[in-house]
Amino acid sequence: MPQIELRSIERVFTLGDSEVHALRTLDLAVEAGEYIAIMGPSGSGKSTLLNLLGLLDRPNSGTYLLEGRDVTTLTAEEQARVRRERIGFVFQSFHLVPRLTAAENIALPMMLAGIPHGERSRRVAQALKDYGLASRADHRPDQLSGGQRQRVAIARATIMHPAMILADEPTGNLDRATGEDVMGLLEGLNASGVTLIVVTHDAVLGNRARRRVAMEDGRKVEDR
Amino acid sequence: MIWSDAVRLALRAITAHRLRSFLTLLGIAVGIAAVILLTSIGEGIHQFVLAEFTQFGTNVIGIAPGKTKTGGAPPSGIPTSVRPLTLDDARALERVANATAVTPVIWGNSEVEANGRLRRTTIYGVNAAMVKVFTLRVRSGQFLPPGEDESARGFVVLGAKLKNELFGAENPLGARLRIGSLQFRVVGVLEAKGQFLGIDLDDTAYIPAARALELYNREGLAEIHVSYEEGVPASRVAEAVKAVLKARHGREDFTVTTQEDMLRTLSKILGILTAAVGALGGISLLVGGVGIVTIMTIAVAERTNEIGLLKALGAPSRTILGIFLGEAVVLAAVGGLAGLTLGVGIAQLASFLVPALPVHTPWSFVVLAELVAIVIGLAAGVLPARRAALLDAVEALRAE
Ligand SMILES: Nc1ncnc2c1ncn2[C@@H]1O[C@H](COP(=O)(O)OP(=O)(O)OP(=O)(O)O)[C@@H](O)[C@H]1O
Ligand SMILES: [Mg+2]
Repeated sequence: MPQIELRSIERVFTLGDSEVHALRTLDLAVEAGEYIAIMGPSGSGKSTLLNLLGLLDRPNSGTYLLEGRDVTTLTAEEQARVRRERIGFVFQSFHLVPRLTAAENIALPMMLAGIPHGERSRRVAQALKDYGLASRADHRPDQLSGGQRQRVAIARATIMHPAMILADEPTGNLDRATGEDVMGLLEGLNASGVTLIVVTHDAVLGNRARRRVAMEDGRKVEDR
Repeated sequence: MIWSDAVRLALRAITAHRLRSFLTLLGIAVGIAAVILLTSIGEGIHQFVLAEFTQFGTNVIGIAPGKTKTGGAPPSGIPTSVRPLTLDDARALERVANATAVTPVIWGNSEVEANGRLRRTTIYGVNAAMVKVFTLRVRSGQFLPPGEDESARGFVVLGAKLKNELFGAENPLGARLRIGSLQFRVVGVLEAKGQFLGIDLDDTAYIPAARALELYNREGLAEIHVSYEEGVPASRVAEAVKAVLKARHGREDFTVTTQEDMLRTLSKILGILTAAVGALGGISLLVGGVGIVTIMTIAVAERTNEIGLLKALGAPSRTILGIFLGEAVVLAAVGGLAGLTLGVGIAQLASFLVPALPVHTPWSFVVLAELVAIVIGLAAGVLPARRAALLDAVEALRAE
């Protein structure tokens, strides 16, 4: 059984009386532990696909089986729980909470999940060490470099030990060297068994993935 | 999410914008301070007035002639079909169960002449039981002698002030005194009783009721006062009084007012007054509430990205609602505490600077005011928090 299975997914946005088909009859199966790069021109539906996979968005039609369970029919509350426990997000613009320190940003998902304070600080300390942020624990995001911010975001995405990491252009705001650093971290996580799905414009970075899905106008045009 | 974490997050958000949070909180603080200050003064006056009334004891029943639904006896002098209350009626009431003392009362205003001096003063026609009913204390001599109703001798007892005005430091006992056209002899002087709602209780002369009827040319008494044993319900004594008088008059042509009834009515009126001034202060509280709505709406707009992130991290709508509601409530609660400090402080300062101003802040008001602040925070937070909770995750993440 694949970890992720999309069957003829449609996603249509209506703007006034015009319709935008962001995704058209899309099928996709992903095994646990895969490393996939989703590529394609701007507006081809990459982010829409990732949002669907992350249960941030619902398709207009089609089914999404996550670990064998149809998750499109879950209530908002149940979907939130799946996001909390199974999915880690990494964004192009980091999305750190500006008034919280690096350590607090990393702890945020555990706070939302109601994990007690002691357990939280233990796991945060470990993550800070793993991502080379130990000396930055009490810094706020505006006191960190871009690469450091994205490392905080990755630490936050992995702190709940998710089954998959969804990254939408995680290196889009970083220079090449820092970007490769960050990709290295994500690939390291993948090596430890976490499914990694990365949206990227960058062909060089995309080619590092074992499987590449190319999108065009809401369709999957290549998958190898 | 753990409760204390939610509060910590709220505090972080509030302290991130110190000035703006302070100004918002000030709105609530001023409102709560106004409410607590006004109600403190209201309650102070309430207690002051009640204390004035209860200084004579609360176990007194008053009987006035005439049965009126709207209250107040008909003005004396105007002929009515009502049978007057008589000294016999007063005597009959002494047999009422649990009654401890009964005094008839007639009052008027007359010129008093003694020791070569003249003074206009209040005259009370009463009997020996007056001291007991209204807990008067005799300083020198004695009060009117008991058991002399119709045939009472022309004795007079002076209030402390009247004695001073007429006799100064001299001993007035045995002195002759003229009231209107009647002659009296001073038999006693009372202890000073002080003021009652601005009326000087010591500028008075007490004469036997029969002599007062003669003096003012009246047929009946103005009132009869019955005091009864402590702990006996007023209503039971009132019923007994009614039964006795009805038997004598053949119908209920009199009005019985228990002190308990009167105090309860008075207390209710004063309570409403306090609530009214409190509500007046509440208007400024409303303005403070609007301030919270405004600032929370701005916060939700500013933090749209963050809300999207929280959703992506798996926060259910309920949690996001709670986070923003929590912020509004913490703002209001802290503002409430500041307002309480401010209000109680000003109230204390006012009573210190103006000792005549009665001020009283009951704990129940303090707790209630803080609860009101919290409820206002909740109410003000609901709309912005709901908006936050209902945001679409993808759109919130994409917002600028
Ligand atoms: N909320 C929306 N309302 C209307 N149209 C939308 C919405 N979101 C996406 N679209 C449209 O859907 C199509 C796919 O958008 P999507 O963001 O998935 O593209 P993308 O491949 O991620 O592009 P980029 O590389 O620029 O990020 C686009 O044509 C876009 O305009
Ligand atoms: Mg995109």
